[in-house]
Amino acid sequence: MKKIIFAVTLLFISITAFSQSEKYMQVMQQNIALLDSAKSKDDYQKLANKFEMIASKEQNQWLPFYYAAFCNQMMCYNGLKGDDIDVVCDKADVQLAKADSLQPKNAEIMVLKARVTGARVMVSPMTRGAKFGRKSGEILQQAIAIDSLNPRAYLTAGQALFYTPKMFGGGKEKAKPILQKSADCYNKFQPTTPLHPNWGKGFCGYLLMQCEDKK
Amino acid sequence: MKKPLLIFSALFFSISSFAQTKISGKITDGKKPMVGVSIAVKDSYDGTSSNADGSFSFETSEKGDQILVATFIGFNSVEQKINCNGTPIVLNISMKEKFNELKAVTISAGSFDASDKKRATVFTPLDIVTTAGSGGDITGALKTLPGTQQIGNQEGLFVRGGEGRETQTFIDGMLVRNPYNTSVPDISQRGKFNPFLFKGTSFSSGGYSALYGQGLSSALVLETKDLPEKTETNLSLSSVGLGIGHNHLFEKENMSIGANAGYFNLSPYYGLIKQNIEFTKMPENKTFELNFRKKFKKHGILKFYGYANENSLGIKRPDINDAAHLKSLFELKSTYYYSNLTYSGSLNANWGINAGASFSGSYDKINFGEFYNNNPIDSANKNINSSNSLSQGRIVFTRYTGALSALRFGAEYQYAWEYAQIQLPNINTNFTNQYFDNYAAAFVEDEIYLNNKFVLKPGVRAEYSSIINKTNAAPRLSLAYRLGRNSQLGFAYGDFYEKPDRKYLLYQHNLDFERATHFVLNYQRIFNDKTFRIEAFYKKYESLILTPLDLNLVQNPSNVYATNFDPKNISNLGSGYAQGLEFFLRDKKTIKNCDYWIDYSYIDTKRQFSYYPISVQPDFAATHTANLVFKQFFPKLMLGYGVTYSWASGRPYYNPTLPSSKFMSDRTMDYNALGMNANYLTHVGKAFTVLVLGVSNVLGNQQIFGYHYSNDGTNREPIGLTATRFLFVGCFMSWGVDRRQQQVDDNLK
Repeated sequence: MKKIIFAVTLLFISITAFSQSEKYMQVMQQNIALLDSAKSKDDYQKLANKFEMIASKEQNQWLPFYYAAFCNQMMCYNGLKGDDIDVVCDKADVQLAKADSLQPKNAEIMVLKARVTGARVMVSPMTRGAKFGRKSGEILQQAIAIDSLNPRAYLTAGQALFYTPKMFGGGKEKAKPILQKSADCYNKFQPTTPLHPNWGKGFCGYLLMQCEDKK
Repeated sequence: MKKPLLIFSALFFSISSFAQTKISGKITDGKKPMVGVSIAVKDSYDGTSSNADGSFSFETSEKGDQILVATFIGFNSVEQKINCNGTPIVLNISMKEKFNELKAVTISAGSFDASDKKRATVFTPLDIVTTAGSGGDITGALKTLPGTQQIGNQEGLFVRGGEGRETQTFIDGMLVRNPYNTSVPDISQRGKFNPFLFKGTSFSSGGYSALYGQGLSSALVLETKDLPEKTETNLSLSSVGLGIGHNHLFEKENMSIGANAGYFNLSPYYGLIKQNIEFTKMPENKTFELNFRKKFKKHGILKFYGYANENSLGIKRPDINDAAHLKSLFELKSTYYYSNLTYSGSLNANWGINAGASFSGSYDKINFGEFYNNNPIDSANKNINSSNSLSQGRIVFTRYTGALSALRFGAEYQYAWEYAQIQLPNINTNFTNQYFDNYAAAFVEDEIYLNNKFVLKPGVRAEYSSIINKTNAAPRLSLAYRLGRNSQLGFAYGDFYEKPDRKYLLYQHNLDFERATHFVLNYQRIFNDKTFRIEAFYKKYESLILTPLDLNLVQNPSNVYATNFDPKNISNLGSGYAQGLEFFLRDKKTIKNCDYWIDYSYIDTKRQFSYYPISVQPDFAATHTANLVFKQFFPKLMLGYGVTYSWASGRPYYNPTLPSSKFMSDRTMDYNALGMNANYLTHVGKAFTVLVLGVSNVLGNQQIFGYHYSNDGTNREPIGLTATRFLFVGCFMSWGVDRRQQQVDDNLK
């Protein structure tokens, strides 16, 4: 009898344990799928909330922190203004530091770090462009050193050039070869698991199309 | 026996999986609903975000005692115990804003800040050079801010009824002696320092911090740049001269060294554009600068800046007493050195330190002469050798006492040498006067943030000067209170002391500090890249220097080089007041790629000081002043332009033909000036190039700053501009090594 109770309890525990990680996979996949349809800063705010919630439960997983930072960073590129950008970037930096401690020397995390640093330029492009733009570029460089085929690293570099005025060393012509490289990398890219970062291909295509535009 | 257990287990399992508790409610910040707030059951996957009306609703499968957490950026998280037993839970949550540097109230009364850290504030270095009519001069741009006067015949910032000397300039905390080129009678001189040296400009029109002293009216606090972004070579060519510079950033990016040299000569320009005065020696200016920066691990930075300058000119003007035959000569040769070594860093997490030493020396040779039909009159020949030097040391400790609160205290010491020699070669006689002064000051200031809404900054500064053997203690107080999300109210009070001007101290030491007391009340609203502020002030002047003159004997008493007073009669019996109201509106938003500001200042001021026989509105104060500054940039064309219009009502001037009861009762005509500039950004070869065109007084308005009278009073001549317009054409090129681009490119190969 005792054995049976023990067996049942064991079974019960293993079921809950299994359902736990199952649930993690399921919730993550659900929310990652929602990333594609997010457009406004409010959409990203909601998803950031979700990933932060998951992160607070799964303290040993780097991906929830990564996606929380990703959503926060996307808020900056989708309508957030002024000082709020700094506040959100501060938060994203903390999340990335946490992700980095769980998964050191990861190119994806570094790319995101570069994007957060780049987002800070928007607060005051005139006074911050040089400093933060440059810092962002350096972090990207480290990311490329770790993973020279990371499409998101080239996308971020290309995107920065694309939106930098020609006068300050940017422009479509300069962005194009880098975006092309990014597109090549996307074609070869396979995420490690369905939960791993796999965003940006569409945006890369969009920017490349804009580069073709002779205007 | 087996069955019931299984059933029990199954039942238990299903309960734990499927019993849902619905949680709903509303989230506010105390008043308004909050959108996008994360609400979740702690340590679970269950949660949601609040909607536009602050409402939220979700179901959780957790059971028993749980904790509900509401989080939102910039707000303190709220945790609440709940019991999940299937019964719906309705909660109203109120969240409080976190204490935050960017959202917190700031000291605003009297101050215009311009660093990147506080972007909401008003002036950046780039603003200075793109302000039309400023001529790329820091002071020129600051003259478009409320509280300042449009003075065209003397250098300096004349703030709220104060003279130019009442505004002190500080570089990295250290007082700068002679921040302007040496005075030339009736011609305003430029500031010595290039605006691009500085990362931040903070201008106070009253009630400034206890960390600074010796300015009765105002403090201009300049902070030099840290390490350069990249290694860069610069070349500039313009209608007035040329400059070359190189800044090298070492590989580890913790050290840089740089040098700049400039040569300016106005003869080609004056050859093309006729001036109202005759130059016996064309204005010529040679400048050399050195800088060094070293960054240490614990955020400390050591900065050295060295500056050397040689400046000369000579002018001949008709003498108003006999304009047909007599001409007076003024020749100047000036040498100036400035150097500044500072360290700023932190001792540990709670303590910061700023230490510095600086030296400046100024050596002027001035020659006055008279010519009759172009023949020199030897008896009128007079030379002045005027020199001064200032050595100083300063240390400031900062103790961080809270999120933003800080206690600052420190001390400074200055050793000054002031020297003047008047040579009368014709009678082979020299008069030499000089003095040394040991000046010491100690100060403490506590910046206390009671919360996000209220900041209080009491301080006190004590000073001693050995030459007058006097001490003073000056209390200061600033506070600010946030009224709403975007608006705040500020107040500042303070006592300010200044040593008497050297021209008096050279002859009389038995004097006291001059004194001013400020009260400033300020309302500021910053919303959506728009700044609006109103400021009211009252300022009381006491123990100003008074030097009674027999005005019947003196022709031009306000001449900067006049020393025609009796040393025995110099006293601290002068006094005065100033009160006024100022408006300022800046808008970077409404028109795309445009930035403009409008300001208006009203002042009511009277003082009896210097040679003034009675208390009157001084000749450097116009009752009404207004400025409109407009800038636009077209990013596609990489072309920008700026327009500045300044207006001031007429200023008092001294008319010796009137009885002394009507002293300074005359007014000049109104001041009107329209300045314009344009700049175009492009590439010439590998050089990033900026082409600049600037024109002052585009409309050719006559500008009269006062009058010179002949000795008998029958003749007078307006004091105006040396030329109706000033035209500037320049080309600035820079070759930079931008490693970022290089690195990405390298990787593509």
